Amino acid sequence: MLEPVQLAKFGVTELEAQHALDRLNVRDVDYADLYFESRTSESVSMEEGIVKRAAKSISQGVGVRATAGEKTGFAYSDELTKKDLEIAADTARYIANSPQGASPVPVPTQRRPTRDLYPIERAKAEVATADRVALLNAIDAEARRYDPRIKNVMASFNTEYKVVAVATSDGTLVGDSQPLSRLQITCIAEDGDNRQVGSFGGGGRVGFEYYLEDNRHLSYAREAAREAILNLSAVDAPAGVMPVVLAGGWPGILLHEAIGHGLEADFNRKKTSAFSSLLGKRVASDVCTIVDDGTLPFRRGSLNMDDEGTPTSCTTLIEKGILRRYITDKLNARLMGIPLTGNGRRENYQSVVLPRMTNTFMLAGESDPQDIIRSVKKGLYAVSFGGGQVDITNGKFVFSASEAYLIEDGQITKPVKGATLIGSGPEILTKVSMVGHDLKLDNGIGTCGKDGQSVPVGVGLPTIKIDEITVGGTQR
Amino acid sequence: MHQGQRGTEPATITNGYAQLAANVLARAKACGATEADIVVADGETFSVQVRVGTVDRLTKAREKRLGLRVFIGKRSATTSTSDFSQDSLERLVADTCTLAKAVVEDEVSGLPDGAQMATDQPSLDLYDETVLDTETQIDWAKRGEAAAFATDPRITNSEGAEFDSSSGRVVLANSHGFVGSYKSSNFSLSVSPIATESTTGAMQRDAWYEVQRKFARLASAESIGQEAAGRAVRRLGARKVATKRVPVVFDQDMAGSLLANLCGAISGYGLYKRASFLLDQLGQTIASDLMTVYDDGRMAGGLGSRPFDGEGLATRKNMIVERGVLRSYLLDTYSGRKLGLPSTGNASRSVGESPSVGPTNFYLVPGLKSAQEIIGSVKEGLYVTELIGFGINMVTGDYSRGASGFWIENGELAYPVEEITIAGNLKQMFKDIEVIGSDLVFRGRIASPTLKISELMVAGN
Repeated sequence: MLEPVQLAKFGVTELEAQHALDRLNVRDVDYADLYFESRTSESVSMEEGIVKRAAKSISQGVGVRATAGEKTGFAYSDELTKKDLEIAADTARYIANSPQGASPVPVPTQRRPTRDLYPIERAKAEVATADRVALLNAIDAEARRYDPRIKNVMASFNTEYKVVAVATSDGTLVGDSQPLSRLQITCIAEDGDNRQVGSFGGGGRVGFEYYLEDNRHLSYAREAAREAILNLSAVDAPAGVMPVVLAGGWPGILLHEAIGHGLEADFNRKKTSAFSSLLGKRVASDVCTIVDDGTLPFRRGSLNMDDEGTPTSCTTLIEKGILRRYITDKLNARLMGIPLTGNGRRENYQSVVLPRMTNTFMLAGESDPQDIIRSVKKGLYAVSFGGGQVDITNGKFVFSASEAYLIEDGQITKPVKGATLIGSGPEILTKVSMVGHDLKLDNGIGTCGKDGQSVPVGVGLPTIKIDEITVGGTQR
Repeated sequence: MHQGQRGTEPATITNGYAQLAANVLARAKACGATEADIVVADGETFSVQVRVGTVDRLTKAREKRLGLRVFIGKRSATTSTSDFSQDSLERLVADTCTLAKAVVEDEVSGLPDGAQMATDQPSLDLYDETVLDTETQIDWAKRGEAAAFATDPRITNSEGAEFDSSSGRVVLANSHGFVGSYKSSNFSLSVSPIATESTTGAMQRDAWYEVQRKFARLASAESIGQEAAGRAVRRLGARKVATKRVPVVFDQDMAGSLLANLCGAISGYGLYKRASFLLDQLGQTIASDLMTVYDDGRMAGGLGSRPFDGEGLATRKNMIVERGVLRSYLLDTYSGRKLGLPSTGNASRSVGESPSVGPTNFYLVPGLKSAQEIIGSVKEGLYVTELIGFGINMVTGDYSRGASGFWIENGELAYPVEEITIAGNLKQMFKDIEVIGSDLVFRGRIASPTLKISELMVAGN
């Protein structure tokens, strides 16, 4: 929700902010900023058929940063007095190793983000606890109705409302209000000694009504129950190299792990990424075009502006297989002399800014998804995934299927138990031979971890065929 | 309180938060709470990252947070804030009581019985009053990284070295009149060098770190840097191997990850939700008879030690697995009541959340063989030194993770391997533990010696 920036909300005047920036902006400092944040989060959760827990948390503080060359000085405080700002500023500028007060910073000019990707009034983002409880009760009933073998339903609904303001030494003062919510459901199915789990969820920068539209919450419940019941009949997964077809949507986590992290500018500036010398080179087959787009309305990974006040954008990372761009924040864009993409993000005022993804996805291709499956003699069709991880330096990545099937003679046959897929980031996309016309974005459940910081992200993918990847099952 | 001992509080500071807690508890009672508890945590952190010889990032902060949990009869809610002003705390209490009234009654909810609260609070050697100046800490990080570069010419780059120091205090009080408090500190250095193969330009990163409660106990910066360098260099030239079933030796940290999986499976919350692969196994054989596991909350200087748990119950030493037989779950009051068992003193509490269950110092009792002897006993197999990904299904025990390490041929580490997975089922893996090493070292809250599993599926080419 766009509102004029009111530092007063944080009990700070513009003059105090400018004074703190002045104190930071010593001779060798290239850039300094103050990040004010106020965050309210609420959650309710249910299990065993009752809504047992409700929680609410409130935090407010300021992060103060100065950068000099490659160096960053950072301090934060949950107190926002003039004195606290000064102490933080003195800590942050310690790294510049130069005396105080060289040149005054320009008076910040108020700026608003130019668009509003999540025009949700705060009142609509804050829902009465009774309504949340009713939502979860309906989910529990729906999942149990799906199949009597569903023995437990665990569901949680989390909302967050963040108000931020960024004051920078290059003279801007800009703010944003960022709603975020997520509904997550896990079902346990039991049939004799066989117990299995299924999960589903979704959300975004949306209001409460989103979950009730067309009974979306109930469809999530059925999906979680369906996956748990399906897994009751799953056979052991195969082991070894084989063709894998990934369904659209959340399997886009492949892109996030295999190439997204490796294209974050900090690793490439330090030349510690497997992609460090590959700009302009082929890293994918020519059917692959991949973007990072922070400008999609209501999406979990979207932002009106990043946490340095830069408007987010749609950046083409890979164009027809050729590596075009890295993902940047101000520090790394400046040091590398490359474009600023609006990807400077932080978990909260207690964390430093890092270049991070927003919504990362592959554009649709021309193949019919049915033809893609028919083209595989023996392989795996993976529909849903748990988490993934990557070693940036050698490029090896994994992601773990939670719903997958064998493909035999072009037909989807038996469901198989979850298995980890492992590959090499700079190579895997060169093995993508078919891209479907059915691009799907995920439902809004992704959280990305880097340096101990979690930020919400999105991914997306059309159905694709990877000619070969190692599947970590147990059966030959 | 044993005032005046190291690790306990000067009376004035504790009394400050104790008074604050008493006020909030009284206010909660006035709002209709029948029981309540409150956690106050504060601390200071300092962190410096050095990369290729210069300071990359310096961070300094103080923080504080207060968490409140109230019960109105059998209904409860939890809240937290960083704003300790009277207005804010009054609003917090009112909000918490409103939330609690909105949820459903839960028969077993409530504080532990008053008679169970911890009566002794030993210091446990968790706090070091050493205050290091900025330059000293920068110097530690610089020396650690420099040692890595000096170890081998193939160390060509670095993700950096980081020195962290932090100290803080926790105060827990409840409506039974319990007030407990302790201080703790941490000092750590980690070094993450990158090795490059000159012929192919291929890079490998690895890291080494150490964490201690006391600064004086940290190993030298040089030894940490050298270990990190050795680990990165030995990965150069790693390749895939053919898919096959072989014996797998887990190094200490990777064996620790298996113990962490065990912790998850015997946590009371997973058990009563029927979301664990070790349901109803108390008194049953769940592992090889070589395996004995303890959880000890009162180990002096331990990284998981604390005098009382997240609900104010005394921590203790529990035998978890005795020669393969499961002897105890990890429980707090709530999950214990759900299972009809007393708490094991394992409530873990982050400010602002209701208690969950966690290990204190959870370890596998060492055996007699050195790591070298264990590797020497394998004709063909895998020595795992790193695992990535989240391919563990806690409901079924199905296990499939990305791995790297070394291929063992005729009892020797033949060459480094990567881009492979190991897969099996944890239920079987614990039973298939064939040898346990003698090399137990506490580098975190969970610790294990090297161990060997008789067979797992390795997927590669």
